[in-house]
Amino acid sequence: MSILVVAEHDNASIKGATLNTVAAAQKIGGDITVLVAGQGVAAAAEAASKIAGVSKVLVADNAAYAHQLAENLGLLIAEVGKSFQYVLAAATANGKNFLPRAAALLDVSQISEITEVVSADTFKRPIYAGNVIATVQSTDPIKVISVRTTGFDPVAATGGSAAIENVAFAQDAGVSTFVKEELVKSDRPELAGAKIVVSGGRGMQNGDNFKLLYALADKLGAAVGASRAAVDAGFVPNDLQVGQTGKIVAPDLYIAVGISGAIQHLAGMKDSKTIVAINKDGDAPIFQVADYGLVADLFQAVPELEKAL
Amino acid sequence: MKILVAVKRVVDYNVKVRPKSDGSGVDLANVKMAINPFCEIAVEEAIRLKEKGIATEIVAVSVGDKSSQEQIRTALALGADRGILVETSEELQPLAIAKLLKAVVDKEQPQIVILGKQSIDGDNNQTGQMLAALTGYAQGTFASQITVEGDSASVIREVDGGLQTLTLKLPLILTTDLRLNEPRYASLPNIMKAKKKQLDTFTPAELGVDAAPRVKTIKVEPPAERKAGIKVATVADLVEKLKNEAKVI
Repeated sequence: MSILVVAEHDNASIKGATLNTVAAAQKIGGDITVLVAGQGVAAAAEAASKIAGVSKVLVADNAAYAHQLAENLGLLIAEVGKSFQYVLAAATANGKNFLPRAAALLDVSQISEITEVVSADTFKRPIYAGNVIATVQSTDPIKVISVRTTGFDPVAATGGSAAIENVAFAQDAGVSTFVKEELVKSDRPELAGAKIVVSGGRGMQNGDNFKLLYALADKLGAAVGASRAAVDAGFVPNDLQVGQTGKIVAPDLYIAVGISGAIQHLAGMKDSKTIVAINKDGDAPIFQVADYGLVADLFQAVPELEKAL
Repeated sequence: MKILVAVKRVVDYNVKVRPKSDGSGVDLANVKMAINPFCEIAVEEAIRLKEKGIATEIVAVSVGDKSSQEQIRTALALGADRGILVETSEELQPLAIAKLLKAVVDKEQPQIVILGKQSIDGDNNQTGQMLAALTGYAQGTFASQITVEGDSASVIREVDGGLQTLTLKLPLILTTDLRLNEPRYASLPNIMKAKKKQLDTFTPAELGVDAAPRVKTIKVEPPAERKAGIKVATVADLVEKLKNEAKVI
């Protein structure tokens, strides 16, 4: 089997999600090539070559790929991918944007967000907000797959020594231009890969009250997340949303504060190892998935918890 | 300018679905159906572009069996001008839907196509991107703001670390994220009027598209259940459990 993994990176470094995707590729089994497409990606390519289990790194270093525009990446991945049997990418906002475009150009389907490799052509993936797990079999000659990172433990970032080769192909589709990016700066761990996540919902009442959660998170070395209700109400920015259509997390400890537990939210966090719920409504559905439930006023319980740690 | 907006009939978002006991599929008997929430946002955005004087006609399209007419009528009641149903009772997958929508785009020549970023049944998040690939158009996925200026549009997208702004040439494909707008409700007079609006029907064969599935569902099953937890009485109890029982802090 020949497997192409499209790297998630920021031109300078390889993102952790790439390591989970390589792990999924190893479960399929075969020769793993990583494609690093960007601009000024020498350092990222070097890092990719050290990932355990990777045999080759292909580098497409061109202005057309600087901002991961789907129109340009789609053309590149379809061109490079046609000589592989599998094309994999992490199901991040970025991967979700370009991978289906590449699949359609290859005239094959995409299997989205696999959580398990059953065999070389059969995979498990959650549907209906994770209320159903489907086992699906692909009949396509090239299998294009996005990988839910929480389903696969990452491979080691070091230990490999893959050869690095340049890709000659470079094409700007000429229909899209990057203008700017407003990224939220935070010293806390990245939500998707954090060991502990503290999330707030509508019960937080306003954005200012999230300070309570930031203080708790900093004490625990945790990332901060939120329910859709809290994001829609403008308490916190969109990139904190955990749920069916937001970020999927599976930390060792997930602390849900003032979150009622709609099925769409549960879809994004119920694979967490330990779940704690703090909510004043003892009948809130979140308690049905929580290992430890505390029925209490969060405005007293959260500061008390922070002090007790 | 003409806008094409795609709508999908799905299980209502409040319904918790279960697999059939034999694992052959999802039990949808007597389940409430609705327009996919992200498609509702797509319809709303099209209407707002018409209210701003940018769009002149909104065509709502759905791909599915006869009952999808209901969701097209919902879009018409909200403000779409006419509807198209690509009717088939076969199982449809995103690539096939994208090909059918491409055939409709070829017929209708819209400047903007708006779709939901994903449907809440299949959770695929593919169709808009695939339609963009097949048409060669630019794609503004997971959009939280759209501003049309002349022959291009400025699109703010929700990305993992925050927000990204792109300039995209028309014609283009947009997929909606949750913060793009808050959809309105249809008024009773508009629901009545919608019944009289034009709704054309095509089959995949009439559009010359092979819509056969490429992915076979072997079985469906419920996810692993979490074991029931306990309630703790105090913060001190909680900290004790986390330290000594769960050993996570």
